[in-house]
Amino acid sequence: MTEMREPIESGVPDHVQYLHPMMKKNYGSWKYHDRPRPGVLHHVAHNGDEIWTVRAGTQRQMDVYTIRTLCDIADNFADGYVRFTTRSNIEYMVTDESKVAPLIAELGKHGFPIGGTGNSVSMISHTQGFLHCDIPGTDASGVVKALMDELYDEFIHEEMPNRVKLSTSCCEINCGGQADIAIIMQHTKPPKINHDLVANACERPTVVARCPVAAIRPALVNGKPSLEIDESKCMCCGACFPPCPPMQINDPEFSKIAIWVGGKNSNARLRPTFHKLVASGLPNNAPRWPEVGAVVKNILRVYKTDAKPWERMSDWVDRIGWPQFFEKTGLPFTKYHIDDWRGARATLNASTHIRF
Amino acid sequence: MAKKQHDTPMLDELESGPWPSFVTGLKRLANDNDMMVDLMGQLETSYATKKGYWKGGTVGVFGYGGGVIPRFSELKDENEKHVYPDAAEFHTLRIQPAAGMHYTTDLLRKMADVWERHGSGLIAFHGQSGDIMFQGATTANVQPAFDELNEMGFDMGGAGPAVRTSMSCVGAARCEQSCFDEAKALRTVVNNFLDDMHRPALPYKFKFKFSGCPNDCVNSIQRSDMATIGTWRDSIQTDDVLGKKWFAKHGMDELVNDVISRCPTKALSLKNTKDVSTVEGISSVAINDTQSMQIENHSCVRCMHCINVMTGALAPGKDKGVTVLMGGKSVLKIGTSLGTVIVPFMKLESDEDFDALNQLAQDTIDFFAENALEHERTGEMIDRIGLVNFLEGIGRDIDATMVLQPRANPYVRTDGWDEEVEKANQRKANAA
Ligand code: HEM
Ligand code: SF4
Ligand code: SF4
Ligand code: SF4
Ligand code: SF4
Repeated sequence: MTEMREPIESGVPDHVQYLHPMMKKNYGSWKYHDRPRPGVLHHVAHNGDEIWTVRAGTQRQMDVYTIRTLCDIADNFADGYVRFTTRSNIEYMVTDESKVAPLIAELGKHGFPIGGTGNSVSMISHTQGFLHCDIPGTDASGVVKALMDELYDEFIHEEMPNRVKLSTSCCEINCGGQADIAIIMQHTKPPKINHDLVANACERPTVVARCPVAAIRPALVNGKPSLEIDESKCMCCGACFPPCPPMQINDPEFSKIAIWVGGKNSNARLRPTFHKLVASGLPNNAPRWPEVGAVVKNILRVYKTDAKPWERMSDWVDRIGWPQFFEKTGLPFTKYHIDDWRGARATLNASTHIRF
Repeated sequence: MAKKQHDTPMLDELESGPWPSFVTGLKRLANDNDMMVDLMGQLETSYATKKGYWKGGTVGVFGYGGGVIPRFSELKDENEKHVYPDAAEFHTLRIQPAAGMHYTTDLLRKMADVWERHGSGLIAFHGQSGDIMFQGATTANVQPAFDELNEMGFDMGGAGPAVRTSMSCVGAARCEQSCFDEAKALRTVVNNFLDDMHRPALPYKFKFKFSGCPNDCVNSIQRSDMATIGTWRDSIQTDDVLGKKWFAKHGMDELVNDVISRCPTKALSLKNTKDVSTVEGISSVAINDTQSMQIENHSCVRCMHCINVMTGALAPGKDKGVTVLMGGKSVLKIGTSLGTVIVPFMKLESDEDFDALNQLAQDTIDFFAENALEHERTGEMIDRIGLVNFLEGIGRDIDATMVLQPRANPYVRTDGWDEEVEKANQRKANAA
């Protein structure tokens, strides 16, 4: 037995030691920025100092060889400093404009797309999926890779009316977050219970308490303590599955993919909003999820042609109204689009405001 | 040389196409890492059967109760033997990066070396809570891998019912919209709660996030229990030189259609420069020799739109600080909820200011720890007990900025009305 080592509870390291010197020098005193081309930001400080940032997409789940390649590029072209954005894009900073083009060329040579700035479709923020989560209904890295292949042009260009942020989530817990377009696994059947395992694997009161609609009751099944579900109440959220894996919610056939639209966290113009359900029932079709890609691309196409400059997805829908959103995208409006959860009446139209 | 790679026809599909492929990375690692060979085997099986095969468990490092995400493969044959034995254990270490996610290549290389020696070689930059995720270690290798990262100055992040790893935007380091030192705030607050991060004992998770301005690039308002968002309370700053430069490039149509008419509170208007009001709270930016855009700052809700469009010509004011909102969270159990304004404005400049932010965080965590139900997030607790009780619990005053509108339903007991009026008058007097 080796000696146990006490951890050094150092917490969050000091970022200053990893900051590009020009960012350290002008910390808190930047004046403005512009974008010389998609994927490149140019920041100017109050004292006239300048810094150029080149933003490149990555696969987020990176092998050490990819990381070393990214480091080589930074060492050779960008003073050995990088940073990552919240959407797993990598950023290289240089203080000499003439270094931008060679840096871009080198990143391109190694297959890293340059973009994700301004009014582009940025990299999809995503979750763990089959690779590492214990409750996924689908993969995450794979869905994102497949979609980013399709949206590549929209990443490297800035042709959208405003920023477009996408996210994917492999279950309804939605670790991927709120987005202009969110792609989320939607369970459509109540959990299937393996009664032989419940007694050993699940703390039953905890599971009962976890259900948002009180659909779970303790029960004796085949003489063993187990749980049962009132299937007419269950709305298939999957909340009982994490504390009780024998309540299998994922189903190869009946777990479908849903698309949500119009979420944003920024306060610009409209207040922050959550994304709303627009499509569901899409098959979980690995390895390329073509049905999902088709719906997403269709929504993006309509938004791109119909929205006015600076309208985020939510601003656009706010202007044209949801009926027209469904009209223009050709997506069917069903009874499932009408909310019936707590507070739902706040989402109903209590006015004569109707567009014809 | 590792063992022979499994056939992975579905994953192979994800090697084509222009976006960088994680599958190519996995394969490269699998060239000399048996764990990755079998990881790919299991992943391919998941693609084929549309089922996941991981289960959790308990794995940790000495001294801490959380931060490692244990994964054991459940994919077994009829004799209960692992189908992919070399990936039977595939744990993740959550490691906290520096705020703003800045790195030197020297540091990244060292991290890669550690993970090549002790883990699978697969690292995610970053998880959705901001951790660097070192994915794929056996139980035996978790401790040595952590020890090396820890010696390099890195510490474990949060998992379970604990304070979680935090995120801040790039902010002051490179963004002109920044209204406070996001990185310092993150480090100050999170490092005050290391015990609550490393030894999970809260009712449920608690997340802090820090965004330098209302653009909220790290999505603090929807995804953190306590969102600290930069703002200002005086007038938008203006620069006539950059204003004219912007106008020369973009013209009147864009100014009217994309800036003035998109202001959500109609705080902007086009004026002849000589007619621009000079009363307090009005600022203006020249767009040519005779015309200006006027800003009525008391109507402005600091939404950032005009500043985003005319960066440099317009900028956040000088009297900067933060708004703190609480209770943002994702779906379980009451549905998604946004953070609610708890402190409309506080300065965040002096050490005392940072202490005050820390105190607010401390009061909140203390109240949360004592009063939340098990598995209840702050937002759900506010929903259950009401905002007024929550504010009393954390020792903060009410403020009219906390509501969109006063109550519209009459079902309330108001027999304390006179005392509350007295308190309101007192608050007003204190503020004056
Ligand atoms: C001109 C105004 C803006 C500036 C200067 C700006 C600046 C930045 C910067 C520097 C980052 C990298 C932050 C980091 O990862 O730490 C970023 C990322 C991000 N920003 Fe903004 N931002 C602006 C407006 C907005 C708006 C209006 C939104 C509304 C959604 C927004 C949403 C985001 C998101 C989601 C990211 C994640 C990064 C990515 O896609 O790669 N930003 N922004
Ligand atoms: S969204 Fe669900 S399945 Fe995906 S990582 Fe999060 S909890 Fe796991
Ligand atoms: S899936 Fe959700 S609603 Fe259905 S029983 Fe489980 S917790 Fe309850
Ligand atoms: S939140 Fe504001 S300050 Fe921070 S990076 Fe985004 S735009 Fe800049
Ligand atoms: S920042 Fe203020 S003035 Fe500018 S658009 Fe937003 S609300 Fe209007």
